[in-house]
Formats: sequence, C-alpha cells, structure tokens
Amino acid sequence: MTHPENPSTFDTVLVANRGEIAVRVIRSARAHGYRTVAVYSDADAGAPHVALADDAVRLGPAPAADSYLDIDAVIAAARTSGAQAIHPGYGFLAENARFARAVADAGLVFIGPTPDAIDLMGDKAAAKRRMADAGVPLLPGYQGTDQSDETLLAEADRIGLPLMVKAAAGGGGKGMRLVTDARDLPDALAAARREATSAFGDDTLILERALLHPRHVEIQVLADTHGNVVALGERDCSVQRRHQKVVEEAPSPAIDAVTRAAMQQAAVTAAADIGYVGAGTVEFLLDVERRDGDHQAFAFLEMNTRLQVEHPVTELVTGIDLVEWQLRVARGEALAFGQDDITLDGHAIEVRLYAEDPSNGYLPQTGTVEAWQPPTGAGIRVDAGIAAGQQVTAHYDPMLAKVIAHGRDRDEARRRLADALDRLVCLGVTTNRTFLARVLRHPVFAEGGATTSFLTDHDVTGVDLDPRDVAAVAGWRQLAATADAERRSPGLAGWTNATWLVDSRPLRVGTDDRVVSLQATVDGIVVTVDDQRVLVTGTPDALRVDGRPVHLTVHRPGGDRLLVHLPHVDLDVSDPTGLPPGADDAAGAGVLVAPMHGAVTAVAATVGQQVEAGSQVVVMEAMKMEHVIRADVAGTLVEVVDVGDQVGVGAVVARIDPVDADG
Amino acid sequence: MPLFQSRINPSSPEFRANRAAMLELVEQMRSLQQRAVDASHRRADRFAERGQLTPRQRVARLLDPGAPFLELRTHAGYLVDTDDPERSVPGASQITGIGMVAGTRCMVVANDSGINAGALTRSGGAKVLRAQEIALENRLPLVMLVESAGANLLEYRVEQWAEGGRFFANMARLSAAGVPVITVLHGSSTAGGAYMPGMSDVVIGVKGRGQAFLAGPPLLKAATGEIAEADDLGGIDMHATVSGLIEHVAEDDADGLRIAREVVGAMRFGTARMPATDVPDGDPPVLDPDEIAGVVPVDYRTAYDVREVIARIVDGSRILDFKPRYGPGTVCVEAAVFGRPVGIVANNGPIDNDGAQKATQFVQRCGQLGTPLVFLQNITGYMVGTASERGGMIKNGSKMIQAVTTVDVPRFTFFIGASFGAGNYGMCGQGYDPRFSFTWPNARSGVMGAEQAATTMRIVAEQRAEKKGEPLDEAMLDAFAGQIVNQYAAQEAALVTSGLGLDDGLIDPRDTRRVLGIVLATAQEGDATDVRPVSFGVARP
Repeated sequence: MTHPENPSTFDTVLVANRGEIAVRVIRSARAHGYRTVAVYSDADAGAPHVALADDAVRLGPAPAADSYLDIDAVIAAARTSGAQAIHPGYGFLAENARFARAVADAGLVFIGPTPDAIDLMGDKAAAKRRMADAGVPLLPGYQGTDQSDETLLAEADRIGLPLMVKAAAGGGGKGMRLVTDARDLPDALAAARREATSAFGDDTLILERALLHPRHVEIQVLADTHGNVVALGERDCSVQRRHQKVVEEAPSPAIDAVTRAAMQQAAVTAAADIGYVGAGTVEFLLDVERRDGDHQAFAFLEMNTRLQVEHPVTELVTGIDLVEWQLRVARGEALAFGQDDITLDGHAIEVRLYAEDPSNGYLPQTGTVEAWQPPTGAGIRVDAGIAAGQQVTAHYDPMLAKVIAHGRDRDEARRRLADALDRLVCLGVTTNRTFLARVLRHPVFAEGGATTSFLTDHDVTGVDLDPRDVAAVAGWRQLAATADAERRSPGLAGWTNATWLVDSRPLRVGTDDRVVSLQATVDGIVVTVDDQRVLVTGTPDALRVDGRPVHLTVHRPGGDRLLVHLPHVDLDVSDPTGLPPGADDAAGAGVLVAPMHGAVTAVAATVGQQVEAGSQVVVMEAMKMEHVIRADVAGTLVEVVDVGDQVGVGAVVARIDPVDADG
Repeated sequence: MPLFQSRINPSSPEFRANRAAMLELVEQMRSLQQRAVDASHRRADRFAERGQLTPRQRVARLLDPGAPFLELRTHAGYLVDTDDPERSVPGASQITGIGMVAGTRCMVVANDSGINAGALTRSGGAKVLRAQEIALENRLPLVMLVESAGANLLEYRVEQWAEGGRFFANMARLSAAGVPVITVLHGSSTAGGAYMPGMSDVVIGVKGRGQAFLAGPPLLKAATGEIAEADDLGGIDMHATVSGLIEHVAEDDADGLRIAREVVGAMRFGTARMPATDVPDGDPPVLDPDEIAGVVPVDYRTAYDVREVIARIVDGSRILDFKPRYGPGTVCVEAAVFGRPVGIVANNGPIDNDGAQKATQFVQRCGQLGTPLVFLQNITGYMVGTASERGGMIKNGSKMIQAVTTVDVPRFTFFIGASFGAGNYGMCGQGYDPRFSFTWPNARSGVMGAEQAATTMRIVAEQRAEKKGEPLDEAMLDAFAGQIVNQYAAQEAALVTSGLGLDDGLIDPRDTRRVLGIVLATAQEGDATDVRPVSFGVARP
C-alpha cells in the first residue's frame, strides 16, 4: 500500500472520470460526508457530473489523451481543489499503474489496489502464469514472451481450434479475434496487433482456447489492508456483442451453489495471492457443457483491478455499497463483514444504454440528447451521466446510462427492467434501448439460457418499422397541427367542407420515406400507411389508434423534426416536403462520407488510383469499432483523407471520379 | 346575454321528418360534390405517371395541416355545362377556397386540370373572378395553382373572351392594393392565360411541366409561320434565365408548393402578423348545431321560429332579442359567433311596416357600433295589401334597403329557406354585395313563388279577356300556367341558383356556425390588415 501515514485525514475526493460513473461515485462519496471534486474536458463543461460535484476543475481539450488520460493534469486538479484522494472510476486511468504511482508520489490516496497489483493483472499473459501457479483453473493457452508469428502459429496448433487471439494489455474487446479456421490465423494476428498497438501501445498477444458457447461469470471481491478478502457472489455477463457486455445479472442463472462456492474460493485465492486491496473482479468462463469434479467447469479469464461497470447488480443483491467500501478501505478500515455474513437477496439485472445503432453493426452514434427521462419505480435504479441538451461526441465511450432492476426473483427483475426500458425516454441520439428490451424478452434469455454467443445465434438487432407506428406518429402530427391551428382558428381547426381534402405526403422515418395519407372525418383522422388504414382519435397527449391508447412521447427539437418515443421503438421523424429535393443527398455516386466521428486508421488507395466498386478505400476507427468505407462506384480516386485524420460524421473522406459507363 | 329557451323536441315526429328530409338534400349536395372529385380523379394515374400531383393534392399540400379550409362555390356550373342532372359536373373545373398557407389566410385558386385539362368555362371564369373579388375585399393574398388548357376553342364565346380581361385587371388591382398574388405554374398557361404569371407578383415555375407563351407552337405557326419548340418558346428554364418571367424554379409540383409556402410565409402578411392571442374565442352553442337539420322544415311554407336556428349557431346559444314584440315577424338579435359580436336579421314571416322599421333601426345601430350583420333569409316578401300600402310599406321597405345597402359593416347572407321578391333585396340579397353568401340545399329563390306567378298570369289573362269581351280558352290558360310553374320552379332550387353562381356556395345547414366563423374572421382580419397600396414612380427597363 502506498497510503499516507494517516489516511483518515482525507475529506475531499476527486473523481477522475466522467459520465455515469463519476456521478455514481460522487453520490456515494457525498452520502458519506466527503467533499467531491469533478474534472472535465472542454466537451464536458456542462455535463451532469460537473454540475453535481462541489467543485470542478478543467483538465483540457476534448480528446481523452489531453484530458481524462492526462495524469499530470488530474494530479494538478487534485492540488488545485484540495482533494487528498482520487477515485479513478473505471476506464481511463483506472487500471493505469503509472497513474496509481503518480497519485501516491504526490502524497494523495489512490482509491484502488496497489500499482503492483494493477501491473500484474494488466499483463494478461503474466496474470495467467501467476494464477496457474496459485492453483486457479485456466484454459489451455499461450502467454509467452516470444511473439514471433512462427511461435504463435505453433502454439495455436498445440492449443487447437477454436482459438481466441487477444491483446495481452487488452480489455473491453479491443485487439480480440476469434479464429475458427487455421487459415485465418495470420490475418487475425495482424489485425489484433494493429488494434492492440493503437489501443494500448503494446502489440503483445496471447492465445487461448476459445469456448464457443461459454458463459461469462465473474466474482466480485472486496479486500481490505488487513488481509481480509470476501467474495460478494457472481455476476453473469454472458450477453455480449463483440466481447462488449450488454446485459449483466446477479446471481448467474446458470451456476449451482457448489460451483459458486468453488468459483468464489478461486477468486478469493486470486485476490489474496496478489495482495489485492479494494474492489476487484475476477472473471471466469463457465463451460455449461462440462463438469470438473463436483462443480461445473470454469477457467480464469482475467482480473479487473477496478470497480466494474456492472457493479450495481452486486450492490442490489448484497445490499453493500461498493463505492462506500472502496472509500472505507482506502481509509484503512477493516471489512465489517466476513464471507459468512454475505447473503444474496433476490436477483438484479443491468443493461447498458449505449448511443449506438444495433441494426447497423452497433455503430456508435453521436448527436445531441434532446430528451432524457429515466424511468422510476419499485426496484429500478438508473445510473446516468447525461442530461437533455448534452452532446454525445465520439471522444468517449458511447455508454449513456445503466438501467438496473432488482426483483425477488430473476423473472421479476427481468420484467421490471424490460418495463423500465419501455418507459425510458432518450431521444435525439440513436440508442440500443429497444434492442435491450428485446434481449430481455427473448425466450432464451428469459429462460436463463443465454451464452456469450446469444447475440450471434439470435438476431434481435432490428425490427421492421410497423406501419401502425408510422400512422400513430402521422396522426399525432395532425392532432398537434390541429391544436396549433386552434390558436389561430379556435373551434374551427381541422374542419373543412372540402370532403376530398386528403393530405398525402411522404413522412421520413429515420432515412425511410413512407407515404402517409390523412383525412379528417367526423369520427377522427383516418390515416393510411402502406395500405393499412387506422383511425386516430384523442389528443396529442392521449392518443388512440383504433380506440386503443398509444403511449407516445414526442419531443420537438426544432423545425419539422419529431423525436418520438414509443415503448417498443424510437423514431426520428421529419417531413421531407419541407426541404428542397436533393437537399439530403449531399453524397452522390463517388462521394464517400464518414458514417460516424472517428479517426482514419488506414487508407487503401492513393489519389489517381483506380478503385473498384465495393473495394475498401478508408478504414476508420471510432470508439471500439473499426469501420470500412467502400467505394460506391468504380472510378479514379481524386481525393482522400490521410491516416490519423479526425473526421466528423457526414464528412467527405474520399471522392471518386466515376468511370464513364459508356467506356 | 340570456340563454335561449328551446321549444324543440328532438324526438318528435316533426323533428325526425324534417331531419330526414334535410339530410337527404345534404346527401344529394355531397354526392354531386363528389362527382367532381371522381371526374377529376379519373386522370390521377396520368398525373402520377408524369410525376405530378393532382389538383386536389396540390391544394392539400399547399395548405397548413390542421387549419380550416372553406371551399367556395362547390356547385358552380351545375346544370350549366349540360342540363342533364345525371351528367352535369359541378365545380366548373376550378377549386377555390379560403385556407391558411404558412400561417397566412389566403385565397387559393386551383385549376382542376383533371377535368378537360383545366379548360376555362364561363362558370369557371365567374368562379375565379369571384375568388379574386373576395381576395381584394378581404385582403387575402391570392395563390393560384395554374394548369389550364385555356379557353376551349370549340366553345368560343366572344363575350367570354371580352369579359375574361377582368381576370387580369383584378390581378393588377390586387397587386396595386397591396395584396400579393402568387402563382405556381404547374402546367401550361397559354395565350391570355400567359398573363396569369405575367400579372403575378411572384411566379414559381415547375420544371418540365410549366409553360407560358402568348402563342403556343400551333398558334405561332398559324400566325407567323414560325416553327418553334415549346420549351424554347415558353419553358420554365427560358423564363427563369432569359425572359425573367419566373422568380423560382421548382423541381416538381411538390417542390413548387414548398416554395409557394416559403414565399407566403416570408411575406408575414395579414394573419401572419397578428398575434394568435388576439383571436377571440367563444363558447360553443349549448343547443347542438347538428339539430338544425331537424329544426327547419325543408318546405319554406311551413312556419317555424328562426330563433331555434340562431340559437344553434351563436356562442352559448345566447341571444339578445331586439324589439321582440314590435314587428315580430322580423327577428333582430344580438349575439356572438366565435367571440365576435354579430347582429342577426332573420324572418319569422313577411316583413311588415313595423318589421321593416325595426330592421332599419337595428341595421343602423349595428353600423353605429361596427357590428357585422348576418342575414338569415327565409322571406316570402314584404307585406302586401291595403293596410300595408297605406302604412307606407314602400317607404319603409325602401328605408330598410337603404340601410342594408349603405351600412358600413361586413354583411353575410345565408339563404336558409325562401328568398322571394323584394324580400331578397331587403335581406341583403346578391345585388347588395354581401361579403359572403351561402345557401342551404333546401333554399328556393325567385321573384315570386311559381304558383303565385302562374295565378297572377291567369288573373291578368282573365281580366284582359273580360275587357276585350273574348271567350276564355281555359285549356290554353292551363297550359300557359303549367309552363310558368315549370319555368319558375326550375330556377328556384338551391342547386340551380348555386350552379349559376348566385352565392359563394352550398353548405350543410349544420355547418353554418363554422362557415360564418371562418368568413367573419376572414372579413374582420382582412379589414385589420395593413396593406400598402402601391403607387410608384416610373421605372425604366
């Protein structure tokens, strides 16, 4: 421990993070009487965590490297604000041993484990070697320092397929490649190295036997500076996409009591072995198809030396505030409970609300959160760091909030969470809200049978637009227009003696134009979409379609645009008739635009070169995603961005002079 | 104001019979209206193929969603194009009406080019002229959606051509009076029609479809022998870039209407400049306006209390009866409609001396207060007879006509039953230029009733025969009387008078409150609109 002589002197905590976790840490710290200090980049000057804290210090410009990852700036902020302790949250500097050392060197308290523990577990290969020695079960794999292709290929052959290639320094799915065919291995190694270099500045890879349908189960541990370690049960994070967790729950629906005890013991062993302090997570893969002695087979995956995103599910079932205990441990307090005191009450499930488009390869989305209304209700907890009016930029992780439900059993938690998602209003930026609800309502998930391959086995990314929803929105627009007209023509709005007056126009829903016909009748508004006819009645605030209530929340951010929340779908609706034709197709044939904010990581062709339609021209990376931009037409490349360029969504990244079709 | 105490029992047999008969007339009116829609719609596929919107789609796209739209002269031209009631298409292939465009109350005129390519008929011409007059009088920007083959050469009438000049004169008057005229050229606008864009303040031309030339290629060849392509002669591109006739080029019909809305919105004219908070509002009638259909006997010879109608039109069914016991056959009441005070003159019988004097006083009092006047005509005439004549009926009737003619407030006339003889005049008939006039489908009009006319002719013939000592040819007299009955009766019906353009349209009696609300607002907001009549110096080209 690098704690100062008398740690109990700290009364001001700086939270070196942003978003929901900064908000969440500030809440607990404040609840226990600490003064709180937020830090922020220029992009976050108006963010909720800044508003919430007692004090706030600017770190630097928007890019994380110049702000939240700038160790000197963070420590300077602590000095400026008089903070004596720093909570790193997760991500950014949370698992950066150099930072932990710098904090200690500055005479401040780092609320987390020792730098040595961070270092050890941060090197995935070294960690595996250490755990093997401690007797923690492992998957067959290679964690060696010889990184030649030759050795890696030979080791891969030894381990057998399927195989996972991982960045040794990695996390969060970066630099990970699943290989099921030996011929793909060289390409996978190259890609993983490229991602690892760009993400961690270290291209060391490890190889590991891949389980194709494993469950991801992890144990929360809590350790004090007096040698006490307890396990706080497990979390099941099996529902993942591209190794990114989507749904997390506690306890796991797939684990039996004997296995839980064995896994907890393995986790406590792991933590104790490295002298871990504070809250940490030991991740395991659970092989539901195999048993190992009296328990289900599991293998150590890695240890996260920080508070996890999904920690709230553990808090809800154990009743223990993990941030409170991080603070208490950092002050040198001993744990007030032993392993036998820990009981699990009911079930909790968490989902991560991301600004992303599941139906478009989970592409991160940017924009302005125009409306934000988190759900409330029995058993519902929302950890959020956003507010209406806030920009979601490409600078940071696109996670907006976590929604967590607690119930007396799994199904109650699941129902509550799905219902909470139906009611959660987040408009302006495309989110995975309804995708999450579809996951929760999927029979395989409902039965507790989801493994890490759930999302590849079951496509719940998108649903077809229901014409009735379009009709409901069109009817709402008409009722709202009528209500507006009522101000100028009280008692007369919506009336005409021209019984033929049918307003037929396209309505743009997302990027789709749907022709909608509206006719005012004595019974209500007859709305026709795609040959489906419905009767819309009521008021904009209490809409009925064919007599049934439609719970529709509409936000008007300006102009003709409507952001519509329906329980099962969010719609971005506008009236294209208000725009000149062609106003929205800036990019025609041969004009390639960035689908998101991000950095250009590769350019496959040079100016003057011939490109084929469909060939790769530019590779971009935004957050954790690589996105390939392909030529939409064959021709000569006349303009292209450079590697390293930051481009905004919709920016032109390349222009192609199309080959004349006539030759 | 006291609440009117109704004596109507909506479950009585009379009420039900009245309602059934009235609704049958309304249904007939509606089905004729639909005939024009259907006739035009037969060409809808052709419009779609050409990437065009149909004329009615254009109107719908132009108007503000949710705002009221009052279509005018829906039955103009009925039985004028042909005397076959089964084949005649009402509407005169023009669509005119008052609606909101980008927050501005406008007069909309659209050529119904689904019918005979929008060719202009005499009824159609009169309908458009009336729309222009309304626009001028009520300061409504005129938006014209033009696609017209022009006048039909096969049905050429010299007087139609000569009178047609009034179109363009009216456009000049509107513009000079400070009331903007905007034209969307959806199709061709040939010969005289070329002055439509020429006389407009702003012209939006739809690429590929809009055309304007004084002489199209055939006439040009006939006139000078020159052979020219239509596009070179008067295409949108030429007019936008060379002649300068056109201000805005639209990609298609929809784009043209979008631009028209932009243009109108940018004017900030009339209602667009008036805060909506200033718009008055009123309670709906306590007595259901829908009951009007059962209150009114369709045969005007059956008497009823017209207050039962008024109470179903005015705010809160509240009326202040003016001199109810003096000349009780003439009903004068004060009330409000959508929060706007009105003076209503109506009839519970012929106008007698007392009634005429009361009406004169009431009209003058409304003039003194600036209260708009509403005339509900159900009048068989001024009272005749020795007592009436000796009481000064001519004099008193004249005073009433003088007052009605000269009072300086907006006047609105509804033909709700009988409209006969000088009664029509005293009750602000067509000749008195009411701001707006509308007709219920049960209404009948004429110099006198058909039976009275026949009887009058019979008496005159009998007297002449007696004087000359000739024998009376009863058979010939019967035939003659029958002929007169037919001649008068054939012209009495509301469908006929409305077809002839003697009003601003047939309406469902149950819509009277709404129609009155719209025209009242139109007139009062028009009067409140600041216009800037133009008188410029002479600009050199």
